[in-house]
Amino acid sequence: MQLTSYLALSAILFSIGLYGVLTKRNAVIVLFCIELMLNAANLNFVAFSKFGLFPGLTGQVFTLFTITIAAAEAAVGIAILIALYRNVQSAEADRYDSMKG
Amino acid sequence: MNLSGEFIAFFVLSVMAIGGAVFMINMQRVMHMALALAFTFFSIAGIYLLLNAPFLAVIQVLIYTGAISILMLFGIMLTKHRYEEKSAVARWQGVIGFIGVACFLGVLMWTIYRTPLLSGQGNPKDFGIHQLGAAVFKEYAIPFEVASILLLVALVGAVILAKREENECS
Repeated sequence: MQLTSYLALSAILFSIGLYGVLTKRNAVIVLFCIELMLNAANLNFVAFSKFGLFPGLTGQVFTLFTITIAAAEAAVGIAILIALYRNVQSAEADRYDSMKG
Repeated sequence: MNLSGEFIAFFVLSVMAIGGAVFMINMQRVMHMALALAFTFFSIAGIYLLLNAPFLAVIQVLIYTGAISILMLFGIMLTKHRYEEKSAVARWQGVIGFIGVACFLGVLMWTIYRTPLLSGQGNPKDFGIHQLGAAVFKEYAIPFEVASILLLVALVGAVILAKREENECS
């Protein structure tokens, strides 16, 4: 069926993003993998907006808002990363351990 | 499986998307990872075109392969790091992560292919840009305004966060 192949593609992309978040050290790449996961969710929205039980534009509108939120999230994420980098002098996620007891 | 043009286009685009993501996982240099992921975002824009969402495809190219990729490239360049990324955090952590994600993907695929999804198919005439604009500015006007306020707050917050503090270590 058509819908299941789109859902499968989005599941694969989400899993790759999740694996990247779990194993990559560079914090920029971790942020980027989060964007990939958001994209996979967007793909689900658009697929259901065309092939769902009630096809309509709602899925596309939701995707539009999700892209907006993702852009804001990326900007704030990079800003936090640069502020952290200024304090720790490293962009690796496992070096950010100053709150460790 | 009938080999219609849509199926071939979907197959090629999905192979491109998954290939870009897998390359991103396996690349050694951070810059190459970012470019591979930008390629993935670009092919997702093609998939949006297949799903009768031309406006979203253009927005995807503009925002993701344009803005967010360039933002991440700036983030990579502004932070000094070793040029080569050390592979994973630790070997056992990578293995455990892979097993966990593989189980997650297996459960997800099993669910997707087992669930009897009732699917219709929308008329492509209902997915035009005119209808999308009318929906955003009439039906979803208040979320649109809230999103604009959120973008403003994020902009100000990002500038304040990334600004160098006047009196450091005080």
